[in-house]
Amino acid sequence: MSTPVVPGAPGGSGAHLDVGAERRRRLIRATSARSLARRHLAGRVAVALCMVAVAISLAPLVALVAYTTSRGIHALSADFFTQSVPAGSPGSGISNAIVGSLIIVGLSAVMAVPVGIVTALFLLERRGRIAGTVRFAADVLTGVPSIAIGIFAYAVVVEPFAHFSALAGSFALAVLMLPIIIRSSESAMRAVPRAEWEAGLALGIRRGRVVRSIVLRGALPGLVTGNLLAVARAVGETAPLLFTAIGSQLFNLNPGQPTAAMPLVIYADGTSPFPADQQTAWGAAFVLLAFVLILSIGARIVAGRLNRQAG
Amino acid sequence: MSDMSEMAQGAAVSLEDVSVTFGSHRVVKDVTLGLARNRVTALVGPSGCGKTTILRAVNRLHDDTGGKVTGRITVGDLDVYARDTHPELVRSRVGMVFQRPNPFPTMSIFDNVVAGLRLNGVRTKALLAEAAEAALHHAALWDLVKDRLHSPAIRLSGGQQQRLCIARALAIEPEVLLMDEPCSALDPIATAKIEELITRLSSDVTIGLVTHNMFQATRVSHYTAFFLLGEDRATGELIEYGPTEEIFDTPNDPRTKAYVSGKVG
Repeated sequence: MSTPVVPGAPGGSGAHLDVGAERRRRLIRATSARSLARRHLAGRVAVALCMVAVAISLAPLVALVAYTTSRGIHALSADFFTQSVPAGSPGSGISNAIVGSLIIVGLSAVMAVPVGIVTALFLLERRGRIAGTVRFAADVLTGVPSIAIGIFAYAVVVEPFAHFSALAGSFALAVLMLPIIIRSSESAMRAVPRAEWEAGLALGIRRGRVVRSIVLRGALPGLVTGNLLAVARAVGETAPLLFTAIGSQLFNLNPGQPTAAMPLVIYADGTSPFPADQQTAWGAAFVLLAFVLILSIGARIVAGRLNRQAG
Repeated sequence: MSDMSEMAQGAAVSLEDVSVTFGSHRVVKDVTLGLARNRVTALVGPSGCGKTTILRAVNRLHDDTGGKVTGRITVGDLDVYARDTHPELVRSRVGMVFQRPNPFPTMSIFDNVVAGLRLNGVRTKALLAEAAEAALHHAALWDLVKDRLHSPAIRLSGGQQQRLCIARALAIEPEVLLMDEPCSALDPIATAKIEELITRLSSDVTIGLVTHNMFQATRVSHYTAFFLLGEDRATGELIEYGPTEEIFDTPNDPRTKAYVSGKVG
């Protein structure tokens, strides 16, 4: 192992250097130098266009949040959160709708999350026709209009018992959430490197144990984020609830009864001709928006914390 | 010592007090080093001591990774980090070959080689063809691919892909070629071919080579720079720099001696 012989004069032409090299080098240098200014200008224009596009895509969101806040924030008061008196009367509030929404969405999460995660595990573990079909079905289900889900839930769980209920609403929302949960959970679990699976298996650990302790643990931040976002999506859905939970003026904790929900309040009061009702609708819209925002931010914080723990 | 004076005078790339910081973590500090013109300079040392970080600072790749470079780097008469220096200009003079072969998977062999030229504004078909042929000759790949220039680059083997990446870097006629462990993903036979290539190329282009392989450094480099973590165990430092023979046979610093003789690392 000796050091290579240091060749003679620097820049000395090696045997493989073709004659045209110097001319070509000059030509290439000149062309790229000439085009550099043009490319830089093009780059600046492209960056400016990107910023315009970002502004355009942010504008509706900002406008929506600002407008809802400005219209809704006046409706807020202690009574608004604690009373369930209909709008128009003094001391009116939507506590029945807030609690109703929490019950309906909470129960739907209880139904959809376990089923969704286990289905995602199945998709992760199995290749082949069944898994492909399930994945395709989940994709199709994502695109099904929520009103169709509502009428389906009506046919399946309301009509047979001739009874509207929070539970029926939860069922409809669970159907809506399921495909979102399946696909986001699957991609969260797929992000756990194959090498970690194999490291677990190579230690003689049972497959199920590897899944629980390594795959699910590794995917936890993604699972939490995906599921919370599915909940955030479901809490604002109106159409499925119109056919199922239907709404109520009463404060109700029994999931077997017709129940109020924030989107239903917005729908019913927002289309009312009375200013007091509209005020309530804007207040409910603001609360709902804040809830979704908190849920989305919370999902990020929890995921970030879990990631740090893992690291 | 003639070698030392050549090293100081004929530097195609020089670094003065270069430090690179990511957030609050200073990865490598106070590196003063020259890459001698048309020679191979190997950057060796254990993992995590800033060799690659320093190498990537030379063609401003940290612009896109969030690393902050302080100190002064010049390539010939070009001040790399001067306010009015475009990174694109630096990179058209300083080519780079990465650890894993990374040909553009959607392009043919030919399109890969001329990608840098085309996207830098060269449109003349004859010039593109001529440059591609020359670059593939330089990378010792021409005879192998001349009949299938328009087939997808990813059909080549790993070693061939890496030579294609070298050809791609050479096609824009850089004066400096940075190589970041170019053989670490390759088998010994492909490695030998790349090493042979490095030796041959060094008569035309200045090469900075990061390597974990001590034997590779002794086989292909004229000069060696040895990096190690400093006393804080967090920041890399340049420990010693000189002709490869001296670094390996008669190092000044006991830490260099321990490392190159295989007692640590």
